[in-house]
Amino acid sequence: MTDTALPEVATDRRIDASRMKVTDEVAVQISRMNKWYGAFHVLRDIDMTVYRGERIVICGPSGSGKSTLIRCINALEEHQAGQIIVDGTELNEDLKNVDKVRSEVGMVFQHFNLFPHLTILENCTLAPIWVRRTPRREAEEIAMHFLEKVKIPEQANKYPGQLSGGQQQRVAIARSLCMRPRIMLFDEPTSALDPEMIKEVLDTMISLAEDGMTMLVVTHEMGFARQVANRVIFMDQGQIVEQNEPEEFFLHPRSDRTKLFLSQILGH
Amino acid sequence: MSDTHARTTAFVRDTMLPEAPAPIAQRGAVKWLRENLFSGWMNTALTLASLYVIWWLLAHITPWFGNAVWNANSLAECRAILDGRSGACLGVIRDRWHQLLFGFYPPQHYWRPVLALVLLFGALAPMLFSNLPRRLLWLSALYPFVAYHLLWGGSIWIPVVAAAGFGVGALAWRLITPYTALGAILAALVTPILWWVLAAGAVAGALTSVAPLGLEFVRSDRFGGFLISLVIGISGISLSLPLGVLLALGRKSDMLLLRSVCIIFIEFIRGVPLITLLFTASLLLNYFLPPGTSFDLILRVIIMVTIFAAAYIAEVVRGGLAALPRGQYEAADSLGLDYWRSMRLIILPQALKISIPGIVNTFIGLFKDTTLVVFIGLLDPIGLSNAIRADTSWNGIYWELFIFIGALFFVFCFGISRYSMYLERKLSRGHR
Repeated sequence: MTDTALPEVATDRRIDASRMKVTDEVAVQISRMNKWYGAFHVLRDIDMTVYRGERIVICGPSGSGKSTLIRCINALEEHQAGQIIVDGTELNEDLKNVDKVRSEVGMVFQHFNLFPHLTILENCTLAPIWVRRTPRREAEEIAMHFLEKVKIPEQANKYPGQLSGGQQQRVAIARSLCMRPRIMLFDEPTSALDPEMIKEVLDTMISLAEDGMTMLVVTHEMGFARQVANRVIFMDQGQIVEQNEPEEFFLHPRSDRTKLFLSQILGH
Repeated sequence: MSDTHARTTAFVRDTMLPEAPAPIAQRGAVKWLRENLFSGWMNTALTLASLYVIWWLLAHITPWFGNAVWNANSLAECRAILDGRSGACLGVIRDRWHQLLFGFYPPQHYWRPVLALVLLFGALAPMLFSNLPRRLLWLSALYPFVAYHLLWGGSIWIPVVAAAGFGVGALAWRLITPYTALGAILAALVTPILWWVLAAGAVAGALTSVAPLGLEFVRSDRFGGFLISLVIGISGISLSLPLGVLLALGRKSDMLLLRSVCIIFIEFIRGVPLITLLFTASLLLNYFLPPGTSFDLILRVIIMVTIFAAAYIAEVVRGGLAALPRGQYEAADSLGLDYWRSMRLIILPQALKISIPGIVNTFIGLFKDTTLVVFIGLLDPIGLSNAIRADTSWNGIYWELFIFIGALFFVFCFGISRYSMYLERKLSRGHR
């Protein structure tokens, strides 16, 4: 891979890694997890431990099961075998556990999935008010705090349709943060965006990482993987093929599948 | 610099051109006429043909209305006054308008249905226009009881005790919630039913004997005309929407039993003509009900019309639910909203907005279908027009009555339609 330039994340900011600390407290524990869509075996024997403060990037070719994997972590997809424990709560048939995990795990989608009939502020206050029972006034304060953090407080009273894609994605991040999640899942957060908008979303995600958030990110942004993540997981055909620290992963990929994938995605 | 410049002639403008109007054929009414009415020989021919048809219709209709006779007490008198000319005999409307509107409702009590109608608009306002204070919805919730009392009368304690059933349910829910959520819901459902079945009659009777307040009782068979259409139509509309939404949700549910019940209900009701259901209401229900129970015919018709419309609404709403991107369901789930909250706050507001045209279509259809009750002997406007013709003085009059009835229905249906357009515009402003 020496002929390939190492990927750089598209940002002007200096990445401050001093506060990105990985602890040895377990945030997510996945053991021997399997999932099928009918007869199709999407996820095979996934074993994975996420520690609090980790920034994990999951990459791989399309159809490799990476999105399905993180969607299993907040039970948007059911798993058929094995165990997923999030923050000490096991995901099983008990709907109370599912709701509890979902309210503590934030999720950001490829297509933002903001609620088009509510204003930006209402998008952000809805879950705190109805799930956490936060008083409206307080929920609005929290929402404004996070909208300022993602740098769009002035859009609070607009509707999602009036915002650009990058702004919508930052609102989606703020909406998740308003629930004070302990873990954030990102499902290809920049794949539906134009290049200059990718930058503003990545900036937001970097600042989140700097605050010590535990993040699982499915993305093709290899620069983000190299410079922000502490661990990169490569998946193919429903399995974890390789995982390593970013520098090692990009400089010395071990499996042939990883080498092929990296050479394709990084280009020459 | 480049060789294109070699061929460019230098030019500087020294006088600015004044603003000029467009050519006469390219502006205002002339342009509009040219573009819309006379843009080609085909278009021109169609325009002329349309103008001829409009002229022909007006030429026939205008004298008919122009020669209208109001001061006549029978069709024969009309004909004598018209003396062979073509003309409407609107005397029948002057003579019988109160019957067409109220049926055989006692004339000294006409103010009651009128007041109920006026109050209806008051009760609808907080539901239709979201910028009014939300607290007014409590008054809307009281309206059905007030309207019942105004229309049918009888002891005032009957609607009061009936309304109290909901209070009993709410009380039970409030008392049991701290202990068990499921038990509280069950109690909230069961206690009102127990109240209505076991206690309500006795309590209302006791209260009436202590304080005999109330309006004079009017039997259901005195109801008729447009009054009956409105009572059935409005009750049907307001009951079928929530029922239809629940059926649509049930049909999309993961619970096999619930889903099957909803599918069977919807498919059965949609597969049967409304008139069959109305006959069932008027004839068959008597066989199934315990002997001696008298179950008001209007009430039975309302139930049948409601379930009929609900089946259609359910399908319309299901379309709206299916049209929502899956991401909306997932976003609601991922925030930890439970099923009912995500439905109420996220999914239904959007799905119902998509379904507005279909829902309104169903409502308008339902309202016009109320005229079918003529077949089970209720005197709706059509039924009354038959009754009026049975009178020797108006024997043979058709057009005037049907035009009057048609105009009344049109006013209401057009009003519903305009409101729905206002609602769609308002909501699409927000969503853009």
